Formats: sequence, C-alpha cells, structure tokens
Amino acid sequence: MPYKLVCGLEVHAELKTKSKMFCSCKNDPFGAPKPNLYTCPVCLGMPGALPVANRKAIEWTIKLGLALHCQINLFSKFDRKNYFYADLPKGYQISQYDIPFCHDGYLDTSEGRVGIHRIHLEEDTAKLSHQEIDFDGDGELDKVTLIDFNRSSVPLVEIVTEPDIISATQAKEYGQKLRQIMRYLDIANCDMEKGGMRLEANISLRREGKNELPDYKVECKNINSFKFLEAAINFEVDRQTTILQNGEQPIQETRGYNSTTGKTFSQRSKEDAADYRYFPDPDLPPIEFTTEEIETIRSEIPELPAEKTTRFMSEYNLNEKSAKNLAINMEQALFFEKILKEAKKENLDPQKLINNLLNGKIKFSFDEKISVIIAKFKAISSNENIDEKELQLAIDKVLNAEKDAVAKYKAGKTVVTGFLIGCVMKELGKKADVIQVKQQLIATLS
Amino acid sequence: MSVNNTQVKHIAQLANIPVTEEESIDLADDFTETLKIVDQLKKAEVKKTEITHQVTGFKNVFREDIVKEEQSFTQEEALANAKATYKGYFVVPYILQNKDN
Amino acid sequence: MKLNELTLKESIDALDKKEITLEEIYKDLDQACQAKNEKLNIYLSINSKALIEAKKASKKPLRGLPIAVKDNFCTKGIVTTASSKVLDGFIPQYESTVTERLKASGGVIYGKTNMDAWAHGSSTETSDYGRTLNPRNSDHLPGGSSGGSAAAIAADFAVAAIGSETAGSIRQPAAWCGAVGFKPTYGRVSRFGVIAMASSTDSPGPIAKTVEDACILLNAFAGPDEKDGTSNKEKAPDFTSFLDQSIKGMKIGVIYQDVKEIKETNQKLLKELEILKELGATVELVQAMDPHQAIGVYTVVQRAEVSSNLARYDGIRYGGDRSNFGDEAKRRIMLGTFTLTKGYADRYYNLAQKVRTLYLNDYKELFKKYDVLVSPTSPSFAKEVGASFSSPMFGELEDMLLEASSITGLPGINVPFYRDEKTNLYLGANFIAPMWREDLVIKVADAFEKNTKWNSWRNK
Repeated sequence: MPYKLVCGLEVHAELKTKSKMFCSCKNDPFGAPKPNLYTCPVCLGMPGALPVANRKAIEWTIKLGLALHCQINLFSKFDRKNYFYADLPKGYQISQYDIPFCHDGYLDTSEGRVGIHRIHLEEDTAKLSHQEIDFDGDGELDKVTLIDFNRSSVPLVEIVTEPDIISATQAKEYGQKLRQIMRYLDIANCDMEKGGMRLEANISLRREGKNELPDYKVECKNINSFKFLEAAINFEVDRQTTILQNGEQPIQETRGYNSTTGKTFSQRSKEDAADYRYFPDPDLPPIEFTTEEIETIRSEIPELPAEKTTRFMSEYNLNEKSAKNLAINMEQALFFEKILKEAKKENLDPQKLINNLLNGKIKFSFDEKISVIIAKFKAISSNENIDEKELQLAIDKVLNAEKDAVAKYKAGKTVVTGFLIGCVMKELGKKADVIQVKQQLIATLS
Repeated sequence: MSVNNTQVKHIAQLANIPVTEEESIDLADDFTETLKIVDQLKKAEVKKTEITHQVTGFKNVFREDIVKEEQSFTQEEALANAKATYKGYFVVPYILQNKDN
Repeated sequence: MKLNELTLKESIDALDKKEITLEEIYKDLDQACQAKNEKLNIYLSINSKALIEAKKASKKPLRGLPIAVKDNFCTKGIVTTASSKVLDGFIPQYESTVTERLKASGGVIYGKTNMDAWAHGSSTETSDYGRTLNPRNSDHLPGGSSGGSAAAIAADFAVAAIGSETAGSIRQPAAWCGAVGFKPTYGRVSRFGVIAMASSTDSPGPIAKTVEDACILLNAFAGPDEKDGTSNKEKAPDFTSFLDQSIKGMKIGVIYQDVKEIKETNQKLLKELEILKELGATVELVQAMDPHQAIGVYTVVQRAEVSSNLARYDGIRYGGDRSNFGDEAKRRIMLGTFTLTKGYADRYYNLAQKVRTLYLNDYKELFKKYDVLVSPTSPSFAKEVGASFSSPMFGELEDMLLEASSITGLPGINVPFYRDEKTNLYLGANFIAPMWREDLVIKVADAFEKNTKWNSWRNK
C-alpha cells in the first residue's frame, strides 16, 4: 500500500469519585434508580449556582498523568468552553483550555511509543435519549429527546495522543493499555458499553516515505468498543486510500461508526469550525501545586502492568506471556504474586505452577488459601515428576521379572494389572500418577 | 472599530439569540458606538502587563469528595420549573445528534 | 412619625424596650406600600406571610424586621425573576446563601425589589416589569441596578435592603435615592444563589438608612461559604465594631478626576469633606488613573462574562427560551460573545484584563499613601425618567467613578452628602479602601455620615 496511517486518539473516561466534579451530588449515573435524581442547582445549571472543584478528581487526573510519564503543569485553571446543546445545562462546559493538568507523556505499545499530547479534566454532560412517545396525548407518536442530568458534571478526563498511531491494532492495544492503567490506578471503571469510556479517532493517511502530517483529518466518533475502533480505522484506511488513489483528498469531517454495517458514515463537515470562546472560569480560583505535592501523588501510584510484567519475569523467572497474563488486573496480580512468593520460598518451579493454574490443571478459586493452592501443586508436581523414559524402564524391568503375571494378563486375567502397577511403583521408588502408570503399562503389555 | 450587520448575524448565531434583519442593523450601530468607547483601552501601555482574571488572589479552593444528599434535589424539585417533563425526564423536541464537542 | 421610618438600629432598640411591637411596624409598613407601591413600582412581589414569619424571628438578631431583597437573589418558594421575562414565574427550589443567612438571623424578606433586568443597567428602567421611580422625586430615576432596593429605603418600604453590585449597582442607586449603599470587598459575601451578572465582580451588599444599619445587616450574611469558591475563607469581622471610631490621623485621598461632567459635584464634595479635617483626618487631592479606561475594562469583562452566564437560559429546565431576552440583555450577550471570539479575544477580552491589572497597580500605589480614597459616587443627581434610553452606554457612563474600584474588587460605601432643596435629590460620596479593609471605609464613612446633615434629611 502506498499510503500509511496517521492516527491520534482522544479518550474520555469518567472518574469514579464519590461525588460529582463541581457539586456534592452522587456520582453514580449508571446506578441511579431514577432519572434526574442526583441533581442540584449546580449540575442543573440553575440561576446563581456556583461550581466548587472536587479535589480528588484533580489529584486523580494528575496521578493518571504521572502514570503516563506526563509533565505536570504546577499552575493550572479551569476554563469555560461555550457552546449550546440540550445536554449542557449552563451553555458552557467547564473544561481546561490552554493549561491542562498534564502534557507530553507517553504509553508504550508493542508497535512503538504513543505520545500523550495532553490530559485535562472537565465535566460530563447530561444523557440524551431520543425516543418516540405520545407526548402531547393526541394518540400519535412524537419524536422527542429526553434528558437525564444524573451524568451532568460527572468528572471526565480527556486523554489526547499525538498522531503517533500507525495501525488499527496499535490503536486497540493503546486503548486497552490505557484502560488497564486507569483500572490499576482505581480511578475509573472504564465501562465502554455504558459510556464510561468513549473513544474518538482522528484518522488520515500520508504517502509512504513522507513525514509531514496530512493536511486533513477525519474524526471518527461514537465508537464504544476496542473491536469497533479497530474496524473503524481499517474501514477508514480503505475508504481514504480509494479516494487518494483517485487523485482526490478526503473531506475534513466528523464521521460516525455503525457497528451493524461495520462502516463509518458522514455526520458533519467541519467547514463551520466551532468558536468555543474559551475564557478562564471566574467562579473557580486557579490551582497551584508544589513539586512536593506532585511527588506525594506520584508516591501513591501502584506498580503498573508494564513494570509488574517485567518484574514477574525477572523475579520469578516467568515467561513474558504468563507474566502479562498475571498482570491483567491488579487484584489478580496481587493474588498470584502471593502464590509465587510462597512457591519461591519452597523452591517450587514458578513457571510450572503458573502454567498449571492458568491452564486449569489445578482448580482453585481466588478466595482459597494460598497454602491450599500450594499443596495442590505439590501433589500434582510430585506425581508428574516421572518422565516417560524412566517409567518405561521400570515397566520393562517389572515385566521381565514377573513373567507369570504377564502370562496371566495375556490369558485375559486383567486383575493382575493392580499387582503389576504396584511392582512398577515400587521399582520407581516414589509416588507416581497411577493413571499414567496404568496407561503406559497397558500400552506396553499390548 | 465598527461592526456590520453580517457580523452581528454571525454573533447572534454563536450567542443563540434570535435576531431579525432590522434588529441586526440597529445592533451593529450600538456595537460600533460601544466599541468606540471601549477602544480607548488601546491607549493603555500593557506590553509587560500580566492578565488579571480574578482579584482575590485565591488559589486551590476545593471541595472534598463527599456526597451531600441534603444539597441535592428530589426528582420533583429538579423538574419543578420545567415546561415539559416525561416520566422523570426533561423533554425537548427531537434533536439531531450533531453536537460539536 | 411612622414606625417604618425608623432605622434598623432604632427599631431593634425600640422593640427591645417594648416601646413598639412588630405588629405596629408592619402595619405602618403595609400602609405605606399599599399607598405608594403601585406608583413607584418598587416591589415586584410582597410576602403576604411577612408578619407571621416576623413573630417567629423576634428573638433573633434582626428581630423579625422587614428587609427588601433584590429580585436577583434566589429565594426558595418565592418567584425570582431578576426582572426578566425569561424567568417569569420561576420558583427556585433552593435559597441563596445571603437570604438563607438573613432568615437565620431573624430578617424577614418583606418583598422582592425591582431592578434592571439581569442587573444590566443603572436606572431600573430596563426592568421587564416596568421602571421604578425615585421616591424622592418621581420625575427622576432611582438609579440601578439595585434601584428597587435603594428606592425601598428612600420610601421607607423596609427597614433595610439587600442589593448587589457589579460596578455601581449598590452605590449609584443609593446615591440617587439618598441612602447608604455598602459594597463589601468582592468575595466577602457569598454569591451562591445570586443570579450571576459578571462573576468576577458581583458583590452582594446592604442598602440602608445609615452606615450603622448597613453594618448590622452585613453582619447577618457576610463570611465564608463553601458553596462559593471565590468567597473569602476567613471569618468576617463584626462590622459594627468599626462604628463610632476616631478618624484622627487617618489619611484620606480625594480622587479628583478632571472630567467636565463632575466638576460641580466635585466642588460640592470638597466643601463637605472639610468635616473630615475637623475630625482630625488629613485630606489631600490625588490623581488616579483615567476613569475612561475603567469603563472600557468593565464594559468588556462584564459583557464577556454576561454572555456566558446567560447561556444557561434555554427554557428547558426552567424559564422561557432565549427569544424572551430584552434588548439590553441581547446587546450585552452579543457584544460579550463578540469580544471572546477568535480574532477579537486578544483585542478586547485579554486587553481589558491587562488594563485591569493597571488599575490594581494604581490602587496599590495610592493605598501606600492613603487609608481611604473618596470621590463622588455619581457624576451628578438622579437623571430624569427615560434618560437610560439615550445611549447603549448609559449605565457605564453614569458609573464611571465606580468602575475602577469594582473591577479591582475594593470595598466602598456611598454616603449622601448633599441635598438639593428644590428637587429633593441627593449627591453621594463614595469611600473606598484596600481589599478586605471594610474596617477603614466603615470608620470614615460612619464618622462622615454622623457629621453631615444626612440624618435630618433622611425622612424627606
């Protein structure tokens, strides 16, 4: 293909603070039993209501930035982003314009480093649902939009990458890793189906060998799974390639993704560029952190999946695949590490142990005692410690010595099998897996 | 500077204020008159001057992450002043999903 | 003498001595309002349960006395419109911090007062519910935007009133109506529940019959509020503790602006300021920055913030839609929108915020030499009815002497110092001090007021 993908991602994730970003309402839009239940003058944009920023949400945003190797702006502020929409009660969204909390970080993927351009904190909007109901009671259905403000002003981080992503699979891996990190930090649930994490991709193509950025980009929205992200990018690459090969340039526009057709579709062209009239929110005093405060936040960051994987490999001699598997989520990693530590103490082979746990040979549950799991492993491993050749030697020796029994067996008296197994076991001089011995014995006899 | 009524119509759109053709002409005159007074600001020597957005000098005013149910509305209170509601929701005529952010 | 003519302090004392009763006060008050409110259009609504509430509050600091509240304070269960048709019939389900504290201190909201719609103006002529007339002379305007609250004091429609100021909206109507208007330092009083005009300068405060009354009322509602991130976390002082203090040795600078429109008023003020010298203060003329640029700063910053603050009025959750805005609101919203747009933000919004810094610096220098600065509040007497429609900048020009101290957040008090016998109209002096130094303005304003003829004019 003569064209190469140039892609950047914008990810929005709702933070799981107890209360909302700028008011003391409960932050639980998905758990609310009724619409418009967790609301107040502030998140409904009532006259005279004033926002006050949630300290935890700010600290978590910085924590995320640090986890993604970002620079932190010690001085920052909130700005008003002015636009009109029915889900935006104040007619502006409190966001961050020119001084985001975090900038210039990165996240490594197997296909290379993805630069993080910036991370800022803002408030989520209300939830709209478009329905047909008989609203005016005339017996006919009316097209209406229903608004629920339970989600209004929920803290929302936006993580914007540099246009470093070169493939659909890398985009997917980046998204998955980002979600994993946020979950490790315990700051967001990232439930994509419910909209707790939302993806947007800026997609364009450049000719192979060129370095400058293309002078257009297509913004792809409404993507609610990593699978769809991958599919949408692939679809766009094909679509844009065709256009470019025809000697044309794709239109700069916003496109949606339809998961049923697997295609993207034009939503709106960018000719009428928005003018958000950003200015510093006069209701919210600026924020200034000291280096010490940032270091305190840094010290609270747990070991993250990448470091954990590396350490599991070096500390327990695990292969990369297993180590990664164990580090999938924090709870699991902590659990397995307890087992690994114990195994190490008792000089058991950690890789074998993990293999057995992961492939289901050892049945266990996460609430089981570590000692019980270790005992199960020991039982299996002592049985398994016989290699086939050693067993075969023992069998041959026994069959040679016990000619009578062999004759009886061949005459159909299979009851002697038990006797022969006992002899083999005795010959082996240790406990062995009866089934394995039996199978190999019978195979030899026949 | 002076403002013409084409600019006024564009501003009206941004500001979501319905404006008639006639109004836009009057408003253009008003804006021009106001900006004439405002343009005295240009005389100020501000090359080395910092911007002041807030005069208190306060910084780092935060809330702790605590839910205060007593500050929240009941659903009835939330909807009390709405013109149109349906099963606990606010209602507006159907909107196309074309938001910009 | 009618009991509604008493000051807040006099009423409290008389009630405590059982010389009068709340019933008697409310009876006289109701009568005055019934006789004149229709003409003067001071109250948009009057609380029919005021006396009942008053009796329950009689043991509290404000003794259940009737207070007029500007209609931009959200009051739970009471229609709040900011005098705009957009909010016609809006009944807040929450209470502004100021009125919540007022009630907790035993103040009774007697009624909600008329104002320029959205507080956009200095005349109370731009109200969507009709203009308010100046009770001192009904051919004239009360000023604004807290014109209803200032008029309520002049007409004895309440013992004290609450207003809000963005740049002049307490002090200018107080000057025009002949009343004391006290704009505290920005951030001294919570803005929570006050329908926002320009968030970076909005300051609620009292309008009263005396400086003393203003301090008693301010004590009820000043101080930190966790619901307002811009409110000062420090506990507010007891403002009445600065009354009746000696001003001997205090340095007072008279800001003398060489502007044609204020020449006469300046002369009259200078004459009256002799009082301060007699009380032992030094009084000197000082030169401050040109007020015209402050008009520019205020105009731009205020309109920019207005354009954003009024964006929430979309008719979905409350109120009517955006076609209901009056002409003045439309003008401000749109001009503010313009000053923030791409290509113009640097030329207007950012430039204005820089010039704002110049004013801060100017005051910083002046306050190195002076404890308190004083100038006329308004260029001249209350303008005649209809005057506000003369220019889209009417308010800004009338408030030209107040804008500099407003955009810098300073505390200021208007004290009436001159009465024109023919017209019964007043001129006011505006005392200002550094941020958070209400103590200084109170000391000087109180000493000044008690030595003018104000208390003999008050009930005229």
